[in-house]
Amino acid sequence: MPTQSRSRCGWLPAAIVVLGMLPALSNAESITVASTTSTENSGLFEYLLPIFARETGIEVKVVAVGTGQAIRLAQSGDADVLFVHHRPSEEAFVADGFGLKRYPVMYNDFVIVGPASDPADIRGSKDAAQALGKIAATESVFVSRGDDSGTHKKELSLWQASGTDPAAANKSWYRETGSGMGATLNTASGMNAYVLSDRATWIRFGNKGELEILAEGDPALFNPYGVILVNPEKHPHVHAAEGQAFIDWLVSEHGQTLIGAYRIDGQPAFYPDADSADAVDDE
Amino acid sequence: MPAAVTGVCYAIDGKTLIDHVSCRLDGPGRTVILGPNGAGKSVLLRLCHGLLAPTAGHIRWGGASPVETMHRRGIVFQRPVMLRRSVAANVEHVLKIKGVPRIRRPALVEAALAQSGLGSLGQRQARTLSGGEQQRLAIARAWLLEPAVVLLDEPTANLDPGATRAVEELIINLGATGAKIIMTTHDIAQARRLADEVMFLHHGRLLEHRPAAEFFAGPRDPNAAGFIAGELIT
Amino acid sequence: MNDFSSALSNAVGLVAGLDPQLLEIVGLSLEISLSAVLIATILGLPMGATLALANFPGRRAAVVVLNAFMGLPPVVVGLVIYLLLSRAGPLGPLGLLFTPTAMIIAQAVLVTPIVAALARQTVADLHEEYDEHLRAIGSGPLQRMTTLLWDGRFRLLTAILAGFGRAIAEVGAVLIVGGNILHSTRVMTTTIALETSKGNLGLALGLGIILVLMALSVNAAAVLLGDAAHRRFG
Repeated sequence: MPTQSRSRCGWLPAAIVVLGMLPALSNAESITVASTTSTENSGLFEYLLPIFARETGIEVKVVAVGTGQAIRLAQSGDADVLFVHHRPSEEAFVADGFGLKRYPVMYNDFVIVGPASDPADIRGSKDAAQALGKIAATESVFVSRGDDSGTHKKELSLWQASGTDPAAANKSWYRETGSGMGATLNTASGMNAYVLSDRATWIRFGNKGELEILAEGDPALFNPYGVILVNPEKHPHVHAAEGQAFIDWLVSEHGQTLIGAYRIDGQPAFYPDADSADAVDDE
Repeated sequence: MPAAVTGVCYAIDGKTLIDHVSCRLDGPGRTVILGPNGAGKSVLLRLCHGLLAPTAGHIRWGGASPVETMHRRGIVFQRPVMLRRSVAANVEHVLKIKGVPRIRRPALVEAALAQSGLGSLGQRQARTLSGGEQQRLAIARAWLLEPAVVLLDEPTANLDPGATRAVEELIINLGATGAKIIMTTHDIAQARRLADEVMFLHHGRLLEHRPAAEFFAGPRDPNAAGFIAGELIT
Repeated sequence: MNDFSSALSNAVGLVAGLDPQLLEIVGLSLEISLSAVLIATILGLPMGATLALANFPGRRAAVVVLNAFMGLPPVVVGLVIYLLLSRAGPLGPLGLLFTPTAMIIAQAVLVTPIVAALARQTVADLHEEYDEHLRAIGSGPLQRMTTLLWDGRFRLLTAILAGFGRAIAEVGAVLIVGGNILHSTRVMTTTIALETSKGNLGLALGLGIILVLMALSVNAAAVLLGDAAHRRFG
């Protein structure tokens, strides 16, 4: 049975704490997962977590922030599990001893979205780096996350591959919002600009304006997700058993089937990936 | 409780407002401190009650300081301070401050209001009362705990004749219970009506201190004589 | 204009259908902001009254700082409390990060200066008016504070409502310390931010309309309550 999550008398513990007395007791049957705004905005958690809670009685609380902040949260022990989509950062997290083992869970892909009028003429391109190069060459407006997230890091690696450094470029066509995926899409929609987005967030996004998917399918746009338990040796208060239960559930056949079955507007959003050869641990 | 005022001076910002005043106030009855505006009457009253401290000299009530004996006196100001509460609540507030137990308060409040003719106004907002009614409320507050002395500072200066009469009646009743009345005024006719004893103050100096009948029959000081003759003395 | 009409129909639909998620979010918003305002009132009223009445070196500086804190940026407060409550921070072992308690603390920090600064102003103004009377009846310092606070109750209520308005409307602090977790720390303002970021602008605006109506209702209720009390108790 799912446990009652919300504290009934919020003011009473607050008053007590303010007087410097008893700390609030943490709920043993809940875990905190640090994840990203794009994963949250895709609606995956809203779909998966009630099922998990029903089956295991463990409540999962998701704090959705940028990838960089999610990793910092997990490093300081403010989360029990890290669930993001930037392999290099995740591998470093494990290598530095903050996490036990990286389990691949699923992947989806990024798409380059842009105005229907397509001034940079990238429609149908299967080469993401080349498409970005054309956007730079035509100085078409491009909106970037600019927030150190997984999406942002992917975008920067594509710019590097295209041979253009937008940071050094004339700033007028490259706009950094420093925001999450949705806010960035809002800005792109308002400016009728190009933007890199993960597919799931894009499909679910409710303010598309005149934007559509113009380039997709390049293997470089591959977006793998990994889940890592925060190392209980570094942070003894971590709910290790429940956290591991969540991870095991995600990579189990049952969890993987559920992930694969998640649809947005009738389209699949994520592809289950747990038995890929990309599993990494800290050995 | 007799008051002994000895060589009292009060100066502020280099200006002397009270200039070596000495006198003795005792016995029952009504003492009126009379003088033109700016004579220092209000200052003297406040010094006597302990709201101001003299810059020289001292005042003793029955041997103790004004502040120590404050609880045995009541005071009524020219403009009464009305709390933002009902008439009854204003009276009860004084009882609360003095630590009178809750059970005893309603009866005392009712008696005080009846005494001052405010019995029907108990639930009215005090600030909506007329000037005269507010002043009667202030007197009711001062009267509450059977003070030995009641000080009144120009209590009817802002009132019309009808209200003035009501307040003067109240003052007379108050004095009749045995409390000593010490009252300031610049109104000569009022002084004639109420005073048993007159202290004439001018430029902060006590120029005369005599029984009322004698004073009004023939003041010795020329300033006093001029004043009660209706002249503007400077 | 399309967004506005869809916003209105969204708002009406959610409220009329008593959408359970909406009720949950509204309930949590009220619980958190009202709790914060309660704490702010308990802390802020005596703080403001003390600053108005007590005299100590550095008081003027304290008043300036307090007034400045009325404008504390919520996102900065959120960040500071986040750093304090994080496991990596000094209060980490309390495990309060991403809980409603943390949100209450953050909002209490934002609201207390408002209540305290406005209380200070109210008490200072009343003090000027009441001081002589309160001294004359022998009020002690604590009695003085409670008398002034009670008599200033309507202005203080306005200050408390201003504090509530600040709390219910802010998003920066509760977003950072609460984490906007579904069913746990998601309130009206963070939901609006989230739905906006998902591009569901009609829904976000609809929620915004509901939020404004909520704030209006609380204010209206408080004013009506005040009027009723005013009529009854005076």
